[in-house]
Amino acid sequence: MSSRAVFSRTAQFVAAVALGAAALTGCGNDSDGGTAAPASTPASTPAAPLTITDPWVKTADEGMTAAFGTLTNTTGAELTIVSGATPASPKVELHEVAGTGGEMKMRPREGGFTIPAGGRLELKPGGFHIMLMGVTKPIKPGDQVAFTLTLKDGTTFPFTALGKAFKGGNEKYVPGH
Amino acid sequence: MAERKVSRRGLLTGGAAAAGGLAAGGYAIRRSTEPAGPSGPPALRAGGPAPAVEPFHGVHQAGIATPPQTYAAFVGLDLRPGTSREALGRLMRLLTDDARRLTAGRAGLADAQPELADLPARLTVTFGFGPGLFEAAKLERSRPGTELPRFRIDRLEDRWSGGDLLVQLCADDGVTLAHALRLIVKDARDFGTVRWTQRGFRRAAQPQGQTQRNLMGQLDGTVQPPDLDRSVWIRDGPGWLRGGTLMVLRRISMDLEKWDEADEGAKEFAMGRRIKDGSPLTGRAEHDDPDLTAVDRLGFPVISEVAHVRLSRAADPSLRILRRGYNYDEAIDVDGVSDSGLLFVSYQADLARQFVPIQRRLAETDQLNLWTTPIGSAVFVLPPGCGPGGWIGETLLG
Repeated sequence: MSSRAVFSRTAQFVAAVALGAAALTGCGNDSDGGTAAPASTPASTPAAPLTITDPWVKTADEGMTAAFGTLTNTTGAELTIVSGATPASPKVELHEVAGTGGEMKMRPREGGFTIPAGGRLELKPGGFHIMLMGVTKPIKPGDQVAFTLTLKDGTTFPFTALGKAFKGGNEKYVPGH
Repeated sequence: MAERKVSRRGLLTGGAAAAGGLAAGGYAIRRSTEPAGPSGPPALRAGGPAPAVEPFHGVHQAGIATPPQTYAAFVGLDLRPGTSREALGRLMRLLTDDARRLTAGRAGLADAQPELADLPARLTVTFGFGPGLFEAAKLERSRPGTELPRFRIDRLEDRWSGGDLLVQLCADDGVTLAHALRLIVKDARDFGTVRWTQRGFRRAAQPQGQTQRNLMGQLDGTVQPPDLDRSVWIRDGPGWLRGGTLMVLRRISMDLEKWDEADEGAKEFAMGRRIKDGSPLTGRAEHDDPDLTAVDRLGFPVISEVAHVRLSRAADPSLRILRRGYNYDEAIDVDGVSDSGLLFVSYQADLARQFVPIQRRLAETDQLNLWTTPIGSAVFVLPPGCGPGGWIGETLLG
């Protein structure tokens, strides 16, 4: 499934609404994009400030897991993502992995994720990622999991990630770093 | 969703180009020495390199009408107990996502070796559903007929037979194939266990379109259906299956030691064709129509009553089956005897009308049975293809 094609259309629409109304603040779990019918998308939708390609989330029955993908800032100004949310986990953090050699350690990224104007940020195992701190309902292979990222100005950005079983990116979480 | 007209037109053009050889091979277009003209699709231009990317999207799944690639792997999986229709939907979304990316030369999601996806090498990934999948999804009523009778010659082994889900992977590059196979199996194994893996190969150093030889040295696959819309693609019956087909995969072991002992005359008698060029014993060229009524001076049929070419023949061309087989050659035993054979692969719209009558005749009297033994057999329902936003199996499971 081309999560990109499906997602970006709705994302553009939702993002456009968010920009226009400037009212969608916080990280509502209901903004899964499902209500934005592509058919009603205006012909001249402004480009979404943020896009994501290849979004996926590591499957988990419980506890911690993470979501990945490549974020692209389509605007001429720096964007900062300050928080993330998903119905799959009440607590979500934006993480980085730090350290050298043997064992990498991950920790919350202070100030969130910053993406330069026109630039990209790759979220991947062993690097930046969206951390789900406590999965409440199992994320199964092939599940489509809704996420919402919130920018510093309050704009929200929804996307859907595909559940994938994955082993790798050998790292340990260091709480309270 | 663009229909894969290319292949179909290719088949028809191939038939026409072979002018006179009315039994033109399904892939004959690739052999045509006549340029298709600058306006023709690149894939049809004679002499050009084979396209590196086979389109994944279309009315039909790729890997069926696609000119056969050099390497193939067939994996049969058994679903884990309790796999529901909902779970099957998740599975097929995942596998479709993998196939869509890999066939385009892109890494899979969470691909641990993304660099290996760079050369798609005409990779195709084709999915098929066995009877057990319909049971698991509680959709048995949507299943077309997939039963085969027991054939007298069969010595079927469980380890090469059956399966709930088939994944067929074909590519012109062995590394590409290995990478795709592993990525897909890694995504499938949460839902099922691997029942069997069958690997096969064809000649790489032979132009597309020429009939290939099997490991007995015979030209294999000379006669193909002239019109896939009539012979291969399902056009009526349940709506979910239109554009799909039925696949038979049989593992046929060859006793090459015994075949070595046969002289050329005996081999040609068994085949009804000449080994050297595949021409029927009543003709001069491979695609000459065999004259089944011709008799020699003594009044005996030139093509024997038990010759393979006679028994395997479907009188009505629309009843022909599309064959897309691969050779297999496994470990050689301590005495130096090889384990060789053919992965017989055929696609047809209707088993009872097309495959079964041919196989029944072959099972009864085919002279080739002296040297060949079916040791595996499986039938799968191949759903239609999908568009960029869809997934294979959506019309059944969605």
